Amino acid sequence: MSASSPQIHSSWLTDPKVRAWVFQILSVVFVVAFGWFLFDNTQTNLANRGITSGFSFLDNSAGFGIAQHLIDYSESDSYGRVFLVGLLNTLLVSAIGIVLATILGFVIGVARLSPNWLIGKVATIYIEIFRNIPPLLQIFFWYFAILLPLPGPKQSLSLGDTFFLSNRGLNMPGPAPGDGFWPFVIALGLTVAGIFLLVRWVRKRFEATGQTFPALLTSIAMLLLIPGLAILIFGNPFAWTVPELKGFNFRGGLVVIPEFIALTLALSIYTASFIAEIVRSGIQAVSHGQTEAARSLGLKPSVTLRKVIIPQALRVIIPPLTSQYLNLVKNSSLAAGIGYPDMVSLFAGTVLNQTGQAIEVIAITMSVYLSISISISILMNWYNSRIALVER
Amino acid sequence: MATHTFKPDQPAPLMSVGVLAWLRNNLFSNWFNTLLTLTAVYLVWLIIPPVLNWAFINADWSGTDRAACTGEGACWVFIQVRFSQFMYGFYPEALRWRVDLTLVLAILGAAPLFVSWMPRKVLYAAGFLLLYPVIAYVLLSGGFFGMEVVRSDSWGGLMLTLVIAAIGISGALPLGIMLALGRRSDMPAVRVLCVTFIEFWRGVPLITVLFMSSVMLPLFLPEGMNFDKLIRALIGIILFQSAYIAEVVRGGLQAIPKGQYEAAAAMGLGYWRMMGLVILPQALKLVIPGIVNTFIALFKDTSLVIIIGLFDLLNSIKQATTDPAWLGMATEGYVFAALVFWIFCFGMSRYSMSIERKLETGHKR
Repeated sequence: MSASSPQIHSSWLTDPKVRAWVFQILSVVFVVAFGWFLFDNTQTNLANRGITSGFSFLDNSAGFGIAQHLIDYSESDSYGRVFLVGLLNTLLVSAIGIVLATILGFVIGVARLSPNWLIGKVATIYIEIFRNIPPLLQIFFWYFAILLPLPGPKQSLSLGDTFFLSNRGLNMPGPAPGDGFWPFVIALGLTVAGIFLLVRWVRKRFEATGQTFPALLTSIAMLLLIPGLAILIFGNPFAWTVPELKGFNFRGGLVVIPEFIALTLALSIYTASFIAEIVRSGIQAVSHGQTEAARSLGLKPSVTLRKVIIPQALRVIIPPLTSQYLNLVKNSSLAAGIGYPDMVSLFAGTVLNQTGQAIEVIAITMSVYLSISISISILMNWYNSRIALVER
Repeated sequence: MATHTFKPDQPAPLMSVGVLAWLRNNLFSNWFNTLLTLTAVYLVWLIIPPVLNWAFINADWSGTDRAACTGEGACWVFIQVRFSQFMYGFYPEALRWRVDLTLVLAILGAAPLFVSWMPRKVLYAAGFLLLYPVIAYVLLSGGFFGMEVVRSDSWGGLMLTLVIAAIGISGALPLGIMLALGRRSDMPAVRVLCVTFIEFWRGVPLITVLFMSSVMLPLFLPEGMNFDKLIRALIGIILFQSAYIAEVVRGGLQAIPKGQYEAAAAMGLGYWRMMGLVILPQALKLVIPGIVNTFIALFKDTSLVIIIGLFDLLNSIKQATTDPAWLGMATEGYVFAALVFWIFCFGMSRYSMSIERKLETGHKR
């Protein structure tokens, strides 16, 4: 532009910069005012109802029992402890659900691409059935239609007199810490650390000199030998107890409550149908030329799969896979529907009803889920930037 | 002169054509495949015959009460007897024609939108979307023209599920589009507000949102002002789903090449006209499948209103299975509910796939 071009005189009203400022200020003012309006109403309402806000209720005694607790818990424990129990139960169901859903999902996703017509059809039918039924309905089905109508402990279905399935849940042999428990744990920890170091050394040496080292075989040998040695020296780490029918219920062993079974089954079956689709599209996203190129370079089919197909498919699979994991964690809150003692049903359900501290309870619950999802998405972004294709 | 006559063609080898060849290529190509086939056949044989026996062969289909169910299989009499409750909830029986009429009007009104040669579709859609909710509200809720009022606490069954889904999507869609535009805006304050809003709702489970709308919303409102349970649930669902819609629409906005924005700006269009006339029509068309998928998720999520005590399809069935006269009908009830949900969701997902196929021509870069 030359300096002599005529200046356009326009009113500041049509200047986009001014408008942007005005608009932003207005929207911030509106949001703040709206927030203040809610805050003010809440203050008035709380004062009228005589509810004191604050987190001191967390120290009060809860006074109710919980069917499943991973840490010691009794009725006289505080609401804070209830929160912890619920959080751990949520994490337990999510972790097991994620493992099961991943295994099932990968198997079905690969089966869907199978050249075998029957296997492909069975996988497709599985996916189409289970992803189109609401997860809550699936939970109800397993819980109310399958598990609760089972016979009582006395007539329970048993497998080899060690596993018993009844309407009280699944009773199975459970580990209790034995003589060699702590030496075993320490040995296991040392081994894992050793394998970690070994793998790093192998990779460094490979990059520097090109020499390979059978890292996988060595790690397996280490895993078997070192903890095994600990067991031989210090004795059995676990004293297994087997459930026995005494009176009307089982004694000993590990009890898996029916709510947990229903929730885990439903969540992993539901999520697996989505994971299967993700796996399928990930594998299909790797073009056939890649396979052909690898084969023409003389790589064996197994090496082609391991070094060419899977790394490229994983790049497509992992981001949506994590969002499915996140969905599973969030869906575990459906536990409230059948009364599995997870964080939502214990804390946002029972504790909220007993204390009436709606705002604090909901805020704590939501912030737990928010921090889980934010940390996963930060991890995801970091991973994405690490594996992103460097394009020209 | 000797003429050379060809011998007739030999038939193709038995194993390379027809059923046998297909079986060989698709099911028994090698030992591993054969093993897989046999395993699958065993699995199917293990599952299908008992299910068929239960659902059809040994099932009881007609009767009026529990005594009619004598067979080993399913007791569909239960579904038959309670069918109207599953569809309408506690909507007064004499007034159920109003629900039916609402549904018929919805189908008739929406049908032209799915006809590809319809002229002025956008105008018609806008008119329909403005007019229909008013008609539906008048019909369902009553209170006008001397129609009896039916309060929303007596709504229920599949009707309530559909009402929640329909209102949910029509509220979440515009809000989601605005949020997506805000997230892509040049104004930092607006962007931060929108990102915070979206990430907040996407980070929490719907159940906590429903809990929040049922226990916290009354605290947020001024003294004396209160909504009924259905509206509170709807507010929660709309806010929650709008965040997901926003992310879908953002994907569409990002897929539009920069040249389109620049060309629109060069034509002298302002922000709103650029978005409304150039960008959004293209972006929304691209993300129709994504929106339908979000809608399927919303439809499945409507079953969560059971947590705050609304009687949607799932809750009606759950209540019916606890009726002492019909104990032990849980399997039948939940299978029926699953079938209804499945038909809706599967239908919508097929629709979304067909649109995807239709839009694929030429749009891929």
